[in-house]
Amino acid sequence: MTKKIDLEESFLYDRHVLEYIHRASEHGLYDIRGLGAKRKVPNFDDLVFLTASASRYPLEGYREKCLTRTILGTRRAKKPITLDIPITIAGMSFGSLSANVKEAIGRAASEVGTCTTTGDGGMTQEERASSKTLVYQCLPSRYGFNPQDLRQADAIEMVIGQGAKPGGGGMLLGLKVSPRVAQMRTLPEGIDQRSACRHPDWTGPDDLTIKINELREITDWQIPIYVKLGATRVRDDVKLAVKAGADVVVVDGMQGGTAATQQVFIEHAGIPTLPAVRQAVEALDEMDVLGEVQLVVSGGIRSGADVAKALALGADAVSLGQAVLMALGCNSPSYFDGQEQVDVSDEYAKLGTGPGYCHHCHTGLCPVGVTTQIPELEKRLQPDWGARRLKNYLQTLTMELTTLARACGKSNVHHLEREDLVALTVEAAAMAKLPLAGTDWIPGDGPG
Amino acid sequence: MESVAPASVDLQKLSVRQLNHFLHHEIGATSPSRVEILNPNGLHNIAVGLDAPVQVDVRGHAGYFLGGMNRQARIVVHGNVGWSVGENMMSGEVRVKGFASQCAGASAHGGLLFIEGSASSRCGISLKGGDIVVGGHVGHMSAFMAQAGHLVVCGDAGAGLGDSLYEAVIYVRGKIHSLGADAREEPMSECDYDKVGILLSRTGLDWSPREFKRVASAKTLYHWNVDADQEY
Repeated sequence: MTKKIDLEESFLYDRHVLEYIHRASEHGLYDIRGLGAKRKVPNFDDLVFLTASASRYPLEGYREKCLTRTILGTRRAKKPITLDIPITIAGMSFGSLSANVKEAIGRAASEVGTCTTTGDGGMTQEERASSKTLVYQCLPSRYGFNPQDLRQADAIEMVIGQGAKPGGGGMLLGLKVSPRVAQMRTLPEGIDQRSACRHPDWTGPDDLTIKINELREITDWQIPIYVKLGATRVRDDVKLAVKAGADVVVVDGMQGGTAATQQVFIEHAGIPTLPAVRQAVEALDEMDVLGEVQLVVSGGIRSGADVAKALALGADAVSLGQAVLMALGCNSPSYFDGQEQVDVSDEYAKLGTGPGYCHHCHTGLCPVGVTTQIPELEKRLQPDWGARRLKNYLQTLTMELTTLARACGKSNVHHLEREDLVALTVEAAAMAKLPLAGTDWIPGDGPG
Repeated sequence: MESVAPASVDLQKLSVRQLNHFLHHEIGATSPSRVEILNPNGLHNIAVGLDAPVQVDVRGHAGYFLGGMNRQARIVVHGNVGWSVGENMMSGEVRVKGFASQCAGASAHGGLLFIEGSASSRCGISLKGGDIVVGGHVGHMSAFMAQAGHLVVCGDAGAGLGDSLYEAVIYVRGKIHSLGADAREEPMSECDYDKVGILLSRTGLDWSPREFKRVASAKTLYHWNVDADQEY
């Protein structure tokens, strides 16, 4: 017994915790990193579809039509957005990403008929030119925000929060504040830049109503206005967004990514996407605006199955961020130089990580050229190559989505419904309010 | 421009939406480039998103976001304004004859915002290149995270002035209740006297630039620093 406990690792103070305490003791600073939560939380993998059998009949997977057309912003805008697929690209800034990456994203999104979104730092002309449908974010920092670009946008997204860091502002460390980024953000080059956590010109939900109306006035009530929320008190926040006049509500769960923020935020703030979707749909239902105000869900959407499950739970569309970067080569051991794959494992090692584990977006030293402003690294991701990869990925997701929808007997992906799903774990069943597979039991539902 | 009789819009008869549509699409081309707005009665979003060299006179008090995102236009409010007057202004001029509520000139990239009376808290928050002149006092946390441009305060400044400043410069004639994190008082240079003189001259105020103090960023927060005071 004595020998065993001599080598027994503490549950509370395991090697990860010890490493954290030792590091904090050495540096006196919190950890900052990119991407999203690494901890395991209940997610869409914990749900499965009840595809057709004798009680339902399926549609032929290759022959029969399954529509994917998606319309966002029907509530008050004169020109709602019409997309070919319900899979959109989340806001990611020029600054956190290179101009090449923004262009690749715009081109791929346009090719598959979906929209992309700007990010903190404003709209680049490359991005506008390459994106058929572009959503322009209005963020607390207002970096690069101006009425000329506003009028070039196809929709506006008022960002209140982000799933990776709800309640927190953004940051862009000095290495990424290049001359162009600095100029766009009206900041000195090379400083560790901070983005505010609150908007400068409004504070509460009543102010937000007036702010949304200001944006509508400036754009002559033409384009939709989204409100993006980091998933915390989802039910209340969605209702306030609806009351403030949002055409579209975007709910970003805790698995959502970021270019850089404190690790303590990424792992310890917000709720997972799974319960967030359910609460958002319930809030819209209680406000009697289901179908009138569209719901976009983001935070850890990776596959066509994830998309299908989000839609079945009530989302009108999903939004992808991290998965888009991965399609472009994030965490890949090599990049394509136009002729062959070039191994960069040693560059990951210099960052203290390896392909498959990297979250060093904040450093600007991305070995595959995705999250960088360094010209030599940026060249590693060429727009042609990136656009082709991302198009393939989005196409795959759409095929997976329609495959599942057809198997559930749906001729339109928006006909997927909660009744098509069950949960594999008690936690997922409780969070999504779905029956545990093989039972009629929904934890927390009904008396007792 | 001055010789043409102004068009008159009565907000008891037309909506703000109709007014802004008129200001965006009809003024200047086929109608006078001067507009007088009657009975604003605290309505929000008056004359937002203008993008033409026109003059707009608002005869009364206005609500939030008056002159928001203005380009080129000169807007004069003959009364008081609510929150965020001239927010994100790009160019032109907004003049308030009375007082302004919170967040005046928030994130303004250019142009001149002149408040003849006092402005409430967070005046010039997130300022990005515009110039703001306040004839009276400003409230707490003014010029918070201001990045570029100038804030001239002819009266006193409230607590936490210039907190987390970047490159914007603040000039205060009266007392400063307290400075925010990383803001510091610095000696006035001849360039500073010139800048204050020009802005005072543009607004018609006759204070001597020699009476003003300069507040700017100490730049200790430009890079993460383990030894910095974490209370900011």
